[in-house]
Amino acid sequence: MSNNNSYLINYFHRNGRALGSIGYFVILMVIFLIGAPEAWIRPNLHQSVFVMMPTLIFLTIPLVFLVASGEIDLSFASTYAVAAYVFALLVKNGVDPAICLVLGIFTGAAIGALVGTLIVVFRLSSLVASLGVLFLLRGVILLLSNSRSITIMEVENHWIYPLLVGNFYGFPMQIFWAAIFVIFCYYFFNKHVFGIHIQHVGDNSVSAEQMGINVNAVKIKAFMFVGIGSAIGGIFTTMITYTFFPTQGFGYLLLALAAVFVGGTPYWGGLGTIIGAVFGVGIIAYMEIGIIAIGWSGEWRQFFNGLIILLALLGHRLHGERVR
Amino acid sequence: MENIIELDNVTKRFGGITALNKASLKVTRGEVVGLIGDNGAGKSTLIKTLVGVYSPDEGDILIRGKKVNAWNALKARESGIETVFQDRALTPQQSIVKNIFMGKELRYPFGFIKEKEQIFEANRLIREIGFTSKLINAESPVGNLSGGERQGVAIARAIYNKAELIVLDEPTNNLSLNETQKVFDFVLNVKKSNRSVLFIGHNIYHVYDISDRFVILDRGEVVHQLNKNDISTPEELMKIMRDTIGAH
Repeated sequence: MSNNNSYLINYFHRNGRALGSIGYFVILMVIFLIGAPEAWIRPNLHQSVFVMMPTLIFLTIPLVFLVASGEIDLSFASTYAVAAYVFALLVKNGVDPAICLVLGIFTGAAIGALVGTLIVVFRLSSLVASLGVLFLLRGVILLLSNSRSITIMEVENHWIYPLLVGNFYGFPMQIFWAAIFVIFCYYFFNKHVFGIHIQHVGDNSVSAEQMGINVNAVKIKAFMFVGIGSAIGGIFTTMITYTFFPTQGFGYLLLALAAVFVGGTPYWGGLGTIIGAVFGVGIIAYMEIGIIAIGWSGEWRQFFNGLIILLALLGHRLHGERVR
Repeated sequence: MENIIELDNVTKRFGGITALNKASLKVTRGEVVGLIGDNGAGKSTLIKTLVGVYSPDEGDILIRGKKVNAWNALKARESGIETVFQDRALTPQQSIVKNIFMGKELRYPFGFIKEKEQIFEANRLIREIGFTSKLINAESPVGNLSGGERQGVAIARAIYNKAELIVLDEPTNNLSLNETQKVFDFVLNVKKSNRSVLFIGHNIYHVYDISDRFVILDRGEVVHQLNKNDISTPEELMKIMRDTIGAH
């Protein structure tokens, strides 16, 4: 009996935060269902969410890794645009879009590595330093692009278009890629040395170092992963809309961060939940679209986003404080 | 006797402070070496240099007679040196099993972790060390454990890795009598299996009881090395320590 109990306690310790955000998601769905049953039943509401969710997932899930490692990154919202710019510019210049995709993702990884190295080697505050990089990169993009957007209709005729962002029996293809990404990240975070080392480093970096883990390398890799995720998100969005525009990504900055924390990953490092983050993304995405769907004005969105962040924080507090 | 590890004239500075000054020390197979010294004598610096957390500014480190370069914590562990640090080096939000295998996870190809095997081994180690509470198993978070139990996890890590040299930094601090005895039993078991222990302690009586040889450290220098045969009581050891420190 006591043994069963301890497994139950351990199960809750591991999964409580994810279960919490699943609970919030269910409550939100019930509220929408009661508030606007006819809007909720219409498929186009969910279709809009499905278009938005993959991009947010590519941004949010790598952030879970980074936050669990004890760092934060704001610059991802600009990395998103830099990678998209590289992609769009090369496509416009006649380079094969498949190669452009690879180069765009490589750009994201390189920016992540630079930001991570800057922060880790010089021991900068990741919040402030990445805020600086956020503005700096956005400035670079605006200057390079002359604040002009780039339209790339030609990408539609290439084989990567239907494969990555095409339509599969009414479902956008990117939802499948996002699902594969989530499954990969779940194992990467929980069952792979990379994720396990991230959790040790974020929990107590001195202990991790004493046990022979290269703390700086682990953190820089986490920043690179965020860069890769942002690049994928930016390129996918550019393909979906056939357009790169120089301000793109800024709108996702606060939404992706909100999804991480609403999803049950605590801010202090050492812990994180991939499944929780997916539901965090679900909550944020439905919030963005659902408020309009139930007939309220868009002004309410930010109000409710704020409310749900605070409620989520209070709820997760019930799961316990940081143990030392 | 084979030298497991040897520090040869090792100096370590932090800014303008010389924490370790031309310190030499060796541990041979099957012996228990007690390292003693006052607060600030450089015991922690010596240990952390020995196990690769700090890299020496001058001097050499030799493993089984061979000089090593770019010494670090991972290399130390791969050379068969395990350390039970004073702060236990645990990550309290993680499970016992993750802590036991921290940095040396059992892996499949491509870095995926053999989770079931790790949990099985961790549960075996927990029983071997003798955790009393039935509520504790390999997947319990370390943060819920008492000080003695946490020390047990740190020791389990050293046991699993079958180290040739186990460095114990103040292992009996804040432990109950019963738990202290468990640490002593552990040290004796290691010695019996012809492996070595470097035991660092404040409590001269603890160090005296358990060690074959004593190294006295003062202001970053090794000032005395004594065999147990040279002294008859812990009081005598205490007196030697006081006199050398005073004279130094």
